[in-house]
Amino acid sequence: MIIIARPPVSDDSEFASRWRFLLLAIMAGMVALVLRAVDLQVLNRHFLQLKGDQRHLGVVSVPAHRGRILDRNGELLAISTTVQSIWVNPKEFQVSPRDMKNLADALGMAVKEIQLRTADDGRSFVYLKRRMSPELADQAMALHLPGVHAAREFRRYYPTGEVAAHLIGFNNIDDRGQEGMELAYNDWLKGVPGAKKIVRDGRGRIIEDLDNLRLPMPGKDLTLSIDQRLQYLAYRELKKAVLQHRAKSGSLVLLDARNGEALAVVNQPSFNPNSRLKMNGNASRNRAITDVFEPGSTIKPFGVACALELGLVRPESQFDTNPGQMHVGHNVVKDVHNYGVLDVSHILQKSSNVGMTKIVMNLPSSKFWAFYNNLGFGQPLETGFPGEANGRLSDHQGWNAFEQATLSFGYGLSSSLLQLGRAYSALANEGVMPMVALLKRDKPAETHRIMSVKTANTVRTMLESVVTREGTAIKAAVPGFRIAGKTGTVKKTGARGYEESVYMSLFAGMAPASKPRLVMVVMIDEPSAGEYYGGAVAAPVFSSVMEGALRLLNIMPDQENGTGADDGPRDGAI
Amino acid sequence: MRLLVGLLMAMVISALAVVYTKYRSRMLFAEIQRLEQELDVYELEWGQLQLEQNTWAEHSRIERLARTRLGMTLPDRAAIIYLKP
Repeated sequence: MIIIARPPVSDDSEFASRWRFLLLAIMAGMVALVLRAVDLQVLNRHFLQLKGDQRHLGVVSVPAHRGRILDRNGELLAISTTVQSIWVNPKEFQVSPRDMKNLADALGMAVKEIQLRTADDGRSFVYLKRRMSPELADQAMALHLPGVHAAREFRRYYPTGEVAAHLIGFNNIDDRGQEGMELAYNDWLKGVPGAKKIVRDGRGRIIEDLDNLRLPMPGKDLTLSIDQRLQYLAYRELKKAVLQHRAKSGSLVLLDARNGEALAVVNQPSFNPNSRLKMNGNASRNRAITDVFEPGSTIKPFGVACALELGLVRPESQFDTNPGQMHVGHNVVKDVHNYGVLDVSHILQKSSNVGMTKIVMNLPSSKFWAFYNNLGFGQPLETGFPGEANGRLSDHQGWNAFEQATLSFGYGLSSSLLQLGRAYSALANEGVMPMVALLKRDKPAETHRIMSVKTANTVRTMLESVVTREGTAIKAAVPGFRIAGKTGTVKKTGARGYEESVYMSLFAGMAPASKPRLVMVVMIDEPSAGEYYGGAVAAPVFSSVMEGALRLLNIMPDQENGTGADDGPRDGAI
Repeated sequence: MRLLVGLLMAMVISALAVVYTKYRSRMLFAEIQRLEQELDVYELEWGQLQLEQNTWAEHSRIERLARTRLGMTLPDRAAIIYLKP
């Protein structure tokens, strides 16, 4: 038997050391916990708070409306309406084949295509279908599939379609302006999206709106200077003429003579801005503003005005145009017929090139150049329209006699249709030329005096003789109104200089001639159905559009009995 | 001691007031959101009505209806009497 005796003394000291050890370990543990707590709560607080918020708080953008585009009377030309875009987060998108089929049906897409688009797990945002009508999108969202979301977007509608398509332009799919006024005034029209703070649940759904960080700023409305009624009328008549004469293209501008505001700017061919699948650059160009051409005979009134203004020619001055052609330097200037001896008024009435040459031969080139330059040829329009053309007027220092002669009948310089219209408004407005505008003005137009009241009125009276049986443009007549205007039939340049039998028909005019309110310029490019004279192709368009415009604007007739044109009813205007 | 109790009371009351105002602001914000959504719906409808009105009031349509359904024509030059002021 072994008796194990307790060691008597050493016990206490051994327990005491264990006790101390334990105490120390517990203390150390506690200190570690406190330090960690301090670390988390005090030192790393921001980081942790951020991480927590990232999982539950979010900022989403609140889309803002793009401004509307209106005509001068407040008629709608472009408006944004809400549509829904369906997008998918492929990371969350796990659905049964049956749900997939339902989704495909609701979106009107093939199942294959959806699978293809959502196959990439690395992405967390894929559009399935953009710009659906809200009703259809609601049907798709009613399936409550995981990872399928709807985003609100805007789609632009153009109620007037092709009628004002060139001027208004269009937007891309992200609602940013691409052409026309949509591009030029994008910053004015666009809305600035707002932002709001939201709370998400564990699955990322929005459960509560917390706060507005930034309110959405809707875009501002843009009021154009055009009058939708006149725009429609002009478009219809121009289209009819372009088809009838099998022309390549056509343009028309109608200006308010008193302040230069464009009431109608139309072009052919056109396009439908609501569905641009078949669109090309040929159809989308606003020819009236971006294309230049040689204005031909339509410029003759300005040569006459310059000569009258300088006092070198009097209205009753006679010019001998025999034998219907003349030599200038090494070149020959020709008339269509031999008109014999003509006074200034008859030179315009018959559109005699020889007569015009004789009028401007004696003008000092610098004065002649300055006169055209002041009329805005070769000078910017400053409408802000994208791609606006300046045209070209070469410097007078390089001119020889023949060049000066060609300028008097509209060759050797180029101008856009709107520039030509602007120059005519100087004749219409008693010598004062207002700058043109495509937006409705809220302050008086910037104007320039180009010639004296007397000169402008004299030339205008001469231009009235053009729209008579003896003149070139009886077809421009409007029953009840005195019309002043000038035709132009321009030979087009090709690769080898001026081409045979390729023409551009022009008519520029104003009404009522006693106190003009409207200025209109019509251009029909390459009419190929036989007729090509400006008086036969462009003048009838002028007549029918002007007749309707004068009535729509309630302008009083200034002629008691007809010009000889039929006074019967026409089916011209609405 | 009395001061301490008073301060404690004040603190509790102010804490409750904070909780209450926070609650009120959340409720009001939710109300704003609801109204804004309602406004959105109306704006959508307004846009569509504007478009619809424009479609019905299209000039070519009005002209066609005036000519065919109502049998309207443009008056003769001779039939118009102008009253000069």
